[in-house]
Amino acid sequence: MAFLDGTTQTNQPSVQVSDDAAGFYTPGTPLTDPVAPTGPIKDRWVNRKFENRLVNPANRRKLDIIIVGTGLAGGAAAATLGEAGYNVKSFCYQDSPRRAHSIAAQGGINAAKNYKEDGDSTHRLFYDTVKGGDYRARENNVYRLAEVSANIIDQCVAQGVPFAREYGGLLDNRSFGGVQVSRTFYARGQTGQQLLIGAYQAMERQVAAGTVEQFTRHEMLELIVADGKARGIIARDLVTGEVSTHLADVVVLASGGYGNVFYLSTNAMGSNVTAAWRAHRKGAYMANPCYTQIHPTCIPVSGDHQSKLTLMSESLRNDGRIWVPKNPADAEKDPRDIPEEDRDYYLERIYPAFGNLVPRDIASRAAKYQCDDGKGVGPAVREVDENGNEKFVRRGVYLDFAEAIERFGLDGVREKYDNLFDMYQRITGENPYETPMRIYPAVHYVMGGLWVDYHLQSNVEGLFVTGEANFSDHGANRLGASALMQGLADGYFVLPNTIREYLADGPFNKIDESHPAVVAAKAEVDQRINQFLSIGGTRSADSFHKELGRIMWEYCGMDRNAEGLKKAIGLIQDLKKAFWSDLKVLGTADTLNQSLEKAGRVADFIELGELMCVDALNRRESCGGHFRSESQTEDGEALRHDEEFAYVAAWEFGGEDGLPVLHKEDLIYTAIEMKQRSYK
Amino acid sequence: MNLTLKIWRQKDASSAGAIETYQVQDISPDMSFLEMLDTLNEQLNEAGQDPVAFDSDCREGICGTCALMINGQAHGPEVTTTCQLHMRSFSDGDTITIEPWRADPFPVLKDLVVDRSAFDRIIQSGGFISANTGSAPEANSVPAPRDKAMRAFNAATCIGCGACVAACPNGSASLFLGAKITHLGELPQGQPERDSRVVAMVGQHDHEGFGGCTNIGECTAACPKEIPMDVISQLNKDLRTAMKHGL
Repeated sequence: MAFLDGTTQTNQPSVQVSDDAAGFYTPGTPLTDPVAPTGPIKDRWVNRKFENRLVNPANRRKLDIIIVGTGLAGGAAAATLGEAGYNVKSFCYQDSPRRAHSIAAQGGINAAKNYKEDGDSTHRLFYDTVKGGDYRARENNVYRLAEVSANIIDQCVAQGVPFAREYGGLLDNRSFGGVQVSRTFYARGQTGQQLLIGAYQAMERQVAAGTVEQFTRHEMLELIVADGKARGIIARDLVTGEVSTHLADVVVLASGGYGNVFYLSTNAMGSNVTAAWRAHRKGAYMANPCYTQIHPTCIPVSGDHQSKLTLMSESLRNDGRIWVPKNPADAEKDPRDIPEEDRDYYLERIYPAFGNLVPRDIASRAAKYQCDDGKGVGPAVREVDENGNEKFVRRGVYLDFAEAIERFGLDGVREKYDNLFDMYQRITGENPYETPMRIYPAVHYVMGGLWVDYHLQSNVEGLFVTGEANFSDHGANRLGASALMQGLADGYFVLPNTIREYLADGPFNKIDESHPAVVAAKAEVDQRINQFLSIGGTRSADSFHKELGRIMWEYCGMDRNAEGLKKAIGLIQDLKKAFWSDLKVLGTADTLNQSLEKAGRVADFIELGELMCVDALNRRESCGGHFRSESQTEDGEALRHDEEFAYVAAWEFGGEDGLPVLHKEDLIYTAIEMKQRSYK
Repeated sequence: MNLTLKIWRQKDASSAGAIETYQVQDISPDMSFLEMLDTLNEQLNEAGQDPVAFDSDCREGICGTCALMINGQAHGPEVTTTCQLHMRSFSDGDTITIEPWRADPFPVLKDLVVDRSAFDRIIQSGGFISANTGSAPEANSVPAPRDKAMRAFNAATCIGCGACVAACPNGSASLFLGAKITHLGELPQGQPERDSRVVAMVGQHDHEGFGGCTNIGECTAACPKEIPMDVISQLNKDLRTAMKHGL
């Protein structure tokens, strides 16, 4: 491929011809990134760091920063901004910042260190990420991400993150899905845990130093926008129920993703969209909400009681081989008794160049199709088809380590994957050292999120959004080991260098709790809480959540089409009405009340779910994790329509009963040329 | 399977608590222990009774949020977290007693939910390597011997759940403490603060009201991450060395 330095635009703005979502939205004005840099791509971030104004250390003490969320993006930002001398207030719903869901990331973190001398570079990581995101990510942001990736590893090692090492004491790397170089740093299958503990410890050091004040078991329930600027939040103390106001010069949302809109996902039970959704309702645009990542290697559902799904790291695909029996009649056979010639290693067959390491969206859809064709394995689970007919389908494919065990020995495999194998055995009762794992795709990550500019500032002045909560870096599909990279890039290296440009104009006029915007925000929170408690219906918040999840998975999951999405929108609107008339929340507001917490989160998920379906309906193309069955190649691969959809769909809240407003930001490529993705 | 549950109910931190008895039916052996409690809560909600408050988040054994005493054992009969315990470990007709962690430094907030912020304060006292963002040298400029890095990693897998404290007859957090001391002390980056770290963390541990270690070993037996007891020896060794250095 040709090297492009970023001085000439390589694509034309798209013009949308189709209008599947007509009647479900209002067209809005076009949107541009007001702070997008230009010039040779390798100089853009370097120059911007210089151009952005500095805040004198003496003034930093006078500036208050609220950060919601303590995962990699939020924890790293709290530590770094605290070290810089700002006053940071950090909020998390968990009982300790160390428990944020970044902790569950298993496989690794990418960085363009080129320690293997296998042709890696900043430019290649940038290229792989844009390509992996199916050319729906913003070039400027992705290049910067690749650029700071190497610094992240340095920082983490200095903090004492115990990455895997080679015998000489130097850092080890492994390869990951969607790329052909080894650039993934890892700490066995617990990389997220180790990185998060690094960020957490750095943050706790600032708590001790007095620059960071932490509010655990606190949930943000409203954003305060005063005189056009984000100036604080309303939060509820989840133990005492006290609703309190926190004011600041700037608000950072690092509140994670909204995969739990599907009810079943690999997210934590508490992961929710409330902070982001409340900001959306206050004017912040929600970008590309339909871009959802369905992770190919999760443990299949075992029954109706299921409360969450568990991921098996994608790194397993390095050494495991995925297959299904060629003959559906073999589904109940012991897989070890099925001879080689009766197995279909379908990824290796269809994608010989990448084999089992194709990107996540491709691997997930391929597994779904195998199971739809009746070649799945494991227990047959009850499903209802679009016409309401009951059917039983085996939702699982084999991930087989027999060959890896032969090659590396049991100990070799154990050293790489023991915690994953243990986890699998714990959950399924089957021993994966002896018999192949069964896996199936599950909702894992969302690429969509609040719209931000190059400085990670949303369209609401003074509201910054980092990590999974924003939309900016992964396009329509995220590559493995890139979420940890983005969270830490935003938290350690990007936000601290962009927020200062905003804060250089501060401290802003002091406001207090008598400001009309604060009074109104507080009243809204109180009113909502009272409403949940007073509906007095018959159904738990959880039962509504489950129903929402079933609708989303069926119609807005791995395979979407216009008819199904329209149906889903109707079903969700009905569900919303039922929720607000038949919800039952026991207990009171002035105590620890988990049903009340859940009710607030489900109410916001329902509204988000509808917007996701509208976004998916509008985007009549297939790209990355968004697959529209109307848009595929002859052999069933995703087909993008760059001439219509090379844009970011940024949705503005249209009011309580209004339609969402669509603002389009054209994607401009200069250092890369758009191509149809091919992993064959 | 059908089960009898005896569960600690406590309105809030200042109220007295008591064990209440509940029945659950048709529990699948494939359910996790917490999914079994979800089922109970759905049943209580329908009956207009206050659901049982308990902590859980990731439900995949890594965040350290879930924390239940099950039949007197921290996290129950298997070596794992409560969320990864499955009902196939129980039998039809069993009576299961479920309580919160019991230790003075972990006050009960409601039912089965306790306050473990003492652990955060122990980390604040010195459980870190001081390395400001941006000041780090090239990652491979300081090699770390592989065996030491692996020992550091194994210690660093502690999830801060507090089972060690709940299991210890003395209410000691020495395993938690030793894990952090070993994690940071085995790495070259952790050396400059090694002495001051152990002194400060032990001081905070005692200040929080955790008890002393008398080498009983219940902590390591209960630890879902199988942190070995030798991290406590390491803790004591590092403390002795620091004192010899005059700290």
